[in-house]
Amino acid sequence: MSALPPIPEVRGTAVVVPGDDIDTDRIIPARFLKCVTFDDLGPALFHDERFEADGTSKGHPLDAPEARGATILISGVNFGSGSSREHAPQSIHKAGFRAIVAGSFAEIFFGNATTLGMPCVTLDADDLAVLKATVASEPATEVVVDVANREVRAGDRVFPATLPDGAHGALLEGRWDPLGDLLAAGDDVERVARDLGYLPAEPGA
Amino acid sequence: MSDPSTASPPKTLYQKVWDAHTVRDLGGGRTQLLIGTHLIHEVTSPQAFGMLRDAGLGVRMPERTFATVDHIVPTHSLVEPFEDPIADQMIRELRRNTEAHGIELFDVTTGRQGIVHMVGPEQGITQPGTTIACGDSHTSTHGAFGAIAFGIGTSQVRDVLATQTMVMNELKVRRIEVNGTLRPGVYAKDVILHIIKTLGAKGGIGYAYEYAGDVFDAMGMEERMTVCNMSIEGGARCGYVNPDETTFAYLEGRPYAPKGAAWDAAVERWRALASDEGAPYDDVVVIDAADIAPTVTWGINPGQGVSIADPVPDPADAEDAAEATSIREALEHMQLEPGAPIRGRKIDVAFFGSCTNARLSDFLEAARVLEGRTVAPGVEAIAVPGSQWVKAECEKRGIDRIFIDAGFEWRGAGCSMCLAMNPDKLEGDQLCASSSNRNFKGRQGSPTGRTVLMSPVMVMAAAVTGEIADAREVFGAADGVPA
Repeated sequence: MSALPPIPEVRGTAVVVPGDDIDTDRIIPARFLKCVTFDDLGPALFHDERFEADGTSKGHPLDAPEARGATILISGVNFGSGSSREHAPQSIHKAGFRAIVAGSFAEIFFGNATTLGMPCVTLDADDLAVLKATVASEPATEVVVDVANREVRAGDRVFPATLPDGAHGALLEGRWDPLGDLLAAGDDVERVARDLGYLPAEPGA
Repeated sequence: MSDPSTASPPKTLYQKVWDAHTVRDLGGGRTQLLIGTHLIHEVTSPQAFGMLRDAGLGVRMPERTFATVDHIVPTHSLVEPFEDPIADQMIRELRRNTEAHGIELFDVTTGRQGIVHMVGPEQGITQPGTTIACGDSHTSTHGAFGAIAFGIGTSQVRDVLATQTMVMNELKVRRIEVNGTLRPGVYAKDVILHIIKTLGAKGGIGYAYEYAGDVFDAMGMEERMTVCNMSIEGGARCGYVNPDETTFAYLEGRPYAPKGAAWDAAVERWRALASDEGAPYDDVVVIDAADIAPTVTWGINPGQGVSIADPVPDPADAEDAAEATSIREALEHMQLEPGAPIRGRKIDVAFFGSCTNARLSDFLEAARVLEGRTVAPGVEAIAVPGSQWVKAECEKRGIDRIFIDAGFEWRGAGCSMCLAMNPDKLEGDQLCASSSNRNFKGRQGSPTGRTVLMSPVMVMAAAVTGEIADAREVFGAADGVPA
């Protein structure tokens, strides 16, 4: 596997998707899962929250003119709950976002997003409220998700951010897609498989 | 070998299985974990096979990988090509991929197809002490057997296909004890809805749930599967019940279960896996079974539940502004008034199906109360067995007739209206009494559709009365409730 680029920070304008417990069905409704590649998922992001059945806009924050070109998505607690569909972070990524700031993340979503090289950092409730208010009042504010230093900056404000060590290291070292690491384990897989007692002695075909 | 009971400190089942499957430490709390059994289906695997092709990689243990079709498969007709050309393409893609890599596929023509979380147990593939992964969050179901089972994303499906391993962070373990005896008319679904209501939809983040105590000891395997299935709805990545005689009795003689001397050796191994006396837990929650009533959801996540007799919440009583906002948003979507009862709300659709509750025991319970009754006028009622085996078994026992005579549509096996990827969908703002696992906005195929989660027997009560009802009042003695 070729080395991946390290992701020490993500910088850009942000958009706030309000609310807690934003589940992956809302991020991408199930009918958009009918695809054999992830290539065309960008426009499906939050589709039913954004558009009426006839395609007219519901005035979702993602469709506000000032949201154009935003690279950082901000939301509430338990973001990405529910279905394991990787289509959810894929659609966020394909829509141009490169980092997510929230109160907390559902675990499967967090893992899926990290594997795409899209940092997911959390802020405490008060800081998150200030960040949201800052972005809402000044949408042009440059927001920096500083992965290396585990902080989020907006204008002259600095918020301490949480990012678990595993994801932190993986993003900084360009190991966020773990396939290379997994393939490098070599004989260790056979050894563990043999000792388990329920797997075939000679794995692989 | 020394006696493990004296040689090593007491451990939970989770810890034992984790340790045994650890390949290596990748740093920062990331562990490379061996996955003993990989289950795949048509919706989250084609992209992963595409990634394998792009990377020039094969499948590491095709004999430990099993496939079926469930998410997208139509339940009204299996005549091919399917009406939906993309569904047809996705199924053909799965056939092509499994054939190319020598992976067993329980296809629609085998009599063994069904929702992936039903097929694994039915075939005896799901076994205690194994790690299981599947590109579906309800993989937690398999924990009923004392397996550690994770729902994963498609890139991880790729990882497991290519290496039979994946990266995981070790979880904390919360023991949830439910002691005493369930009241009449209270089912496994009520137990898990009560647990999620109590601990919250995000209460389990960072945890594996160990379900223990009198109530889970007394449950059959299918009830344990209902409970473990919804662990993810409480935010827990997985949930499990320690294996016992009930587990072994279920598995014995199934196609992929060990046979003869291998069976005896396996049972001995499985017995030793249960959490040890004195094992350390990161948290313990104790619930009295007598406090659990038939429970339904009133909102837009599975943690927003209420006992059938109680009113829905009022945002004015919320603990903070964020909770008030959540309640208000949920009530608005569900078209419910603050503080009003949910009992008595008119329903449009009754959906009996899904990997939570479409097993044989669910159909037996539901048929017992439904027999001789009819679906209320104006209610669209569909019964969707979770697997071809369940469907055939119901038909052998005449249970299909009870549903058909009552006015239910009797369907083929699949996920159906649980996530509405096939033609089974709500329309407009229809209200659905549903035995499934998610009440998210839009989950059942209409952005304004409304879902109320409940047990199969409660779905029957809603179907025959045409409203959200207390099954104990509707069915009385037939529901085991004393007069």
